Amino acid sequence: MQALIEIDKLNLYYGAFQALKNVSLTIPEKAITAFIGPSGCGKSTLLRTLNRMNDMIPGTRIEGSIKISGKDIYSSEVEVESLRKNVGMVFQQPNPFPKSIYDNVAYGPRLHGMTNKKKLDEIVESSLRSAALWDEVKDYLKRSALSMSGGQQQRLCIARALAVNPDVLLMDESTSALDPISTLKIEELVQELKSQYTIVMVTHNMHQAARVSNQTVFFLNGEVVESTDTETLFSNPSDRRTEDYISGRFG
Amino acid sequence: MAQSKQHESKPHLVEEWVGKVYTALCILFLVVTIFSMVYFVASKGLTTFFKDKVNVIDLLTGIKWNPGGDPPLFGALPFIFGSFSTSILAAVIAAPLAFCAAVFMIEIAPKFGRKYLQPVIELLAGIPSVVYGFVGLSVIVPLFRDIFPGQGIGIAAGALVLSVMILPTITTIATDALASLPSGLKEGSYALGSTRWQTIYRIVLPTMLPALMTGVVLGIARAFGEALAVQMVIGNAPHIPGSLFESTSTLTSAITLSMGNTVMGSTHNNALWSLALILMTMTFVFVFIVRWLERRSKI
Repeated sequence: MQALIEIDKLNLYYGAFQALKNVSLTIPEKAITAFIGPSGCGKSTLLRTLNRMNDMIPGTRIEGSIKISGKDIYSSEVEVESLRKNVGMVFQQPNPFPKSIYDNVAYGPRLHGMTNKKKLDEIVESSLRSAALWDEVKDYLKRSALSMSGGQQQRLCIARALAVNPDVLLMDESTSALDPISTLKIEELVQELKSQYTIVMVTHNMHQAARVSNQTVFFLNGEVVESTDTETLFSNPSDRRTEDYISGRFG
Repeated sequence: MAQSKQHESKPHLVEEWVGKVYTALCILFLVVTIFSMVYFVASKGLTTFFKDKVNVIDLLTGIKWNPGGDPPLFGALPFIFGSFSTSILAAVIAAPLAFCAAVFMIEIAPKFGRKYLQPVIELLAGIPSVVYGFVGLSVIVPLFRDIFPGQGIGIAAGALVLSVMILPTITTIATDALASLPSGLKEGSYALGSTRWQTIYRIVLPTMLPALMTGVVLGIARAFGEALAVQMVIGNAPHIPGSLFESTSTLTSAITLSMGNTVMGSTHNNALWSLALILMTMTFVFVFIVRWLERRSKI
């Protein structure tokens, strides 16, 4: 598999606190990469550097480089808006806008200047289809997104992210606020999406990482301890700390 | 063992009882005050119609106010019109400013905003209304007199003075609404590649609109009841003006100007109470609108 994202000697500081220490990592194209590790290990922080959401936190400082498709995303030539268009994100809590289902999905394309009603209709339908939501909501597109269930809201957020046609989809513990059935649906969905998108997910749930991902990265105290294909990491970890973590001895 | 437990719990019961009685008395005092005020104003204000036989419709729609004339005329429409036009115009001026000030304080410069801007805006609320009126009279009125035809006094001057006075009310409510906006909404918008301004007018503004409207209605209510500052710049001629720069009057200024010159119990005095009744009723209407808006915004 070809590497799409290359992270090289990345250090990240929140003020005096160093949240990421010398992280080097490659993330393969059109596959699912899972970040696991105990709370506060830096996995979410790293995820948020990939679409520069950390920029908004005052006092954040970054060293090293992150390249997506060969381009350094922290260089001054890169517009953060177009980066985020290319690298979509789904959050822990479903966060649909207080608008209709249609307007939620159409929000991104409209931001980037699309006004053609027919094209918007097409994008809304295909995005909702990709997020396995179309059949449930096709007759209620004008209804408020807030009237949906939590699982539906989260799939709507996925559809919303897909609507701007990104290459990468970041998922920040996107099933942790959902019930088991909704979680399963999202996991199945992610499996389907990996044929078209590069997916990076942070998860608290090791079983989920084992079930869903192709590559798994184990973080501890801001460092990458081990990064390899999921099967190897869970069946035959090379580092002692990884073994302790996946066998439930801490974390 | 059981006995000692009972003994121990007694002081708690007494405390509980004292607390209940004390809070109940406070509420009772408030309720009695409100009801007696409403009763007093209503009984006085309705006397005009029952005892002095002034027609309600004539009072509400008549455009001639001359209680001392022969026959006495009680047309209060110029005052009602003056009150509504000044306070609504004031809200129209103040609302966009207040919204932008709130956005600046919360979204753009939170540190500077909270440390310097918020206290300054709250300071505006503490300035006595006579000072606003005085500034209006010596700055705004001459300015309008130079620029526009007329004396400078009138609805425009009144509304401008009022807009500064209600700015803190609307800004405070808008700021609170903005600060309580779930951060996930903004993040979701930024993550789709939105700029800050796009997020503000596509997500923040529509989401907080009901709260902003609450602030606007409260501001209108405050402007509606303001007497002194308006009275100083509006001219106090009891007729419906042809332009924004022509002398007119409001309910409040009509009351404050004439109340001291009338005899308690006279028809003129009672007519002023009727104006007060209209004022009070309108304030209640504003409060109900606010409640309704708040209920709607919770959905």
